[in-house]
Amino acid sequence: MSEKTTTNTSFFNDAGNRALLFQVVLLTAVVAIGYYLFHNLQANLQNQGISTGFAFLNEPAGFPILIHLIEYTEAGTYGRAFLVALINTMLISFIGIVLATIIGVIMGLARLSQNWLVARLATVYIETLRNIPLLLQMFFWYFAVLAALPHPRDSIIFGDFFLNKRGIYSPNPIFQDGFGVVIFGFLACVVASIALIIWAKKRQTRTGLWFPAYWTSCGIIVFGTIACYFLAGAPVTFDLPEASRFNVKGGMVLVPEFVAVLVALSTYTGAFIAEIVRAGILSVSWGQTEAARSLGMRDSITQRLIVLPQALRVIIPPLTSQYLNLAKNSSLGAAIAYPELVAVVMGTTLNQTGQAIETIGLCMLVYGSLSLSISFFMNWYNKKMSLVER
Amino acid sequence: MAIEFKPSPSLPPPSNAVGAVAWVRKNFFSSPLNIFLTVFSFYILYLLVPPTIEWAFLDATWSGENKDACTAGGACWAFIVAYFDQFMYGLYPQTEYWRINLAAILLALLIGMYAIKAINKLILSIAVLVVYPVVAYFLFAGGILGLEVVETSLWGGLFLTTLLGVVGIVASLPLGVVLALGRRSNMPIVKSVCVVFIETVRAVPLITILFMASVMIPLFLPDGLNFNKLLRVLIGITLFSAAYMAEVIRGGLQAIPKGQYEAADAMGLTYWQSMLLVILPQALKLVIPGIVNTFIGLFKDTTLVYIVGMFDLLGRIQSATHDGDWLGTTTEGYAFAGFIYWAICFGMSRYSMAVERKLDTGHKRN
Repeated sequence: MSEKTTTNTSFFNDAGNRALLFQVVLLTAVVAIGYYLFHNLQANLQNQGISTGFAFLNEPAGFPILIHLIEYTEAGTYGRAFLVALINTMLISFIGIVLATIIGVIMGLARLSQNWLVARLATVYIETLRNIPLLLQMFFWYFAVLAALPHPRDSIIFGDFFLNKRGIYSPNPIFQDGFGVVIFGFLACVVASIALIIWAKKRQTRTGLWFPAYWTSCGIIVFGTIACYFLAGAPVTFDLPEASRFNVKGGMVLVPEFVAVLVALSTYTGAFIAEIVRAGILSVSWGQTEAARSLGMRDSITQRLIVLPQALRVIIPPLTSQYLNLAKNSSLGAAIAYPELVAVVMGTTLNQTGQAIETIGLCMLVYGSLSLSISFFMNWYNKKMSLVER
Repeated sequence: MAIEFKPSPSLPPPSNAVGAVAWVRKNFFSSPLNIFLTVFSFYILYLLVPPTIEWAFLDATWSGENKDACTAGGACWAFIVAYFDQFMYGLYPQTEYWRINLAAILLALLIGMYAIKAINKLILSIAVLVVYPVVAYFLFAGGILGLEVVETSLWGGLFLTTLLGVVGIVASLPLGVVLALGRRSNMPIVKSVCVVFIETVRAVPLITILFMASVMIPLFLPDGLNFNKLLRVLIGITLFSAAYMAEVIRGGLQAIPKGQYEAADAMGLTYWQSMLLVILPQALKLVIPGIVNTFIGLFKDTTLVYIVGMFDLLGRIQSATHDGDWLGTTTEGYAFAGFIYWAICFGMSRYSMAVERKLDTGHKRN
């Protein structure tokens, strides 16, 4: 507002200069701090006589791991143990994601149910589980529920299934030689179904005639695979668990650690997914349903072709972050000794070797790439489902 | 003579279309599926509710010296009664409990004063954010004015949980705002530093960060300089939730129309003026639900400190269930902890809904 307007502003009043200066200061600070920490690290490692590097991965680990899908003995290396733990983490994340999605969809729909009682029950489920820490829920399932099951000698028995303190015992399928045929038959059915769906879609665009492609392909896959199974001479036998005096032998065992982590993860994340599903469905305006009805569509088709595709657009992005949360939360299994990445690598391996930087770095790298791949997949799916704009 | 047209009064709706009967018909028995769902729900209720009430109240034991006193077959709440002090204060010396209580009352009073219109909010905020933490720290840790020194390793129970939660919440919000602004900055270096930080932290689970805080930070500091484990864990939790907070706030910043930014510039406001006076008040208001969700997540995540060897409420309960006198009381312990966490988190979410309604000035489209 002053009378004297000067054209040459001072150096520090120029926004560009200030931004440059500020960034130089920030960069210097980041580099300086980084260098300082690195310098300290080297000095400390030298003082403590810790050698850096990943050579320790080839040394024998010497500890057992409760659950291993690939072969592993105490004589295995740390590298092998890492691989076992990685597979365990991925296993629990994958099954957890599938179960949580199923629970979430059911509970989300139940909360929208016209039945007053069902809606209230679903609300209670969601509000209870969402507001209690996951770690507490895992402890509850592991120490309070599963630990209270009977001793092996008085197991609860349902047919060929045994339930006791040591876990859930079920028949273990053993695949005989001919099983390749069944897998091949299954894949062939899948390919045939995809071809059928593509054909039906093309025919519908061309002629307007509708063909129940999804139901037909379900039938092809289910009955085709069953037919292959019997044609190949039923190449699966079952190893049945048997109760001996003090223990249950044979069969497939789901140990309590696995069950507790899985149940806690999927019910907890399921509650969050339920809210996402509910919000997604509510976001599709009622007018869409009315419009579909006035075009004469049946309710099932309205849901599948009108409401669901629009709801999915709202659902997918937050669903992705729930999946990521689930994968990351599987690390809490460490607290009840489920042998996943954190327990094996940052727990036992770190304690035995003292390689803090390498082990923690390795874990962060794995979780980072796991997160990246889930979000990559979900972004691809999101793009596929999103609105095509002109 | 004109004949007056007199319509007879309309009949009342049929008795099964209004009132309680209609409500029951519509909600419970409108279709075969609905009838099935109703029956199924009642069955679930029948399975769950009576045994729970019996266990938790009718057959419960409320006082006793050890597990042997609990003979009624129901919940053994005597365990909670016996350990109540430890669950609340951890191993803090019993004679010093008043210090924690005093700090809690002070905080409640200060927060309550926000409701009084005559008090200057700026001075009050300085009191809450600057003066109070110092006072509280010396109250908790002692060492001045003849207060006995209490090591942080003795801090525990709900006290530690609340401390971690409150400090994390208060520190992560401003840090999140700075990170969010940095991520939307035009300066490439500032932006990339913020993006790398946010994405790295969000990609890894909290446990790895807590392990880093408890195991790795000492390696990065010069010999002899080492600080308290509680402080390291606090820093870890704060940085972790700041990254999530930054993403929530970025969502709010993106939702503000460009015109607001341009209008602030046209008024001749500096960057910080336009952010603090124009953009942030609107953006933060938009994302209150997200912010509170992050707070709730942080509060629940404080339980993870148990894994790195600190005894918060859950940790205290976990170690108390190993007491030989009280074996077999895990369920009671978890029920108690679950109830406390649930009450706090549920309260926070309801409070946020109330705040949202109060601040709603009708700019939202719905």
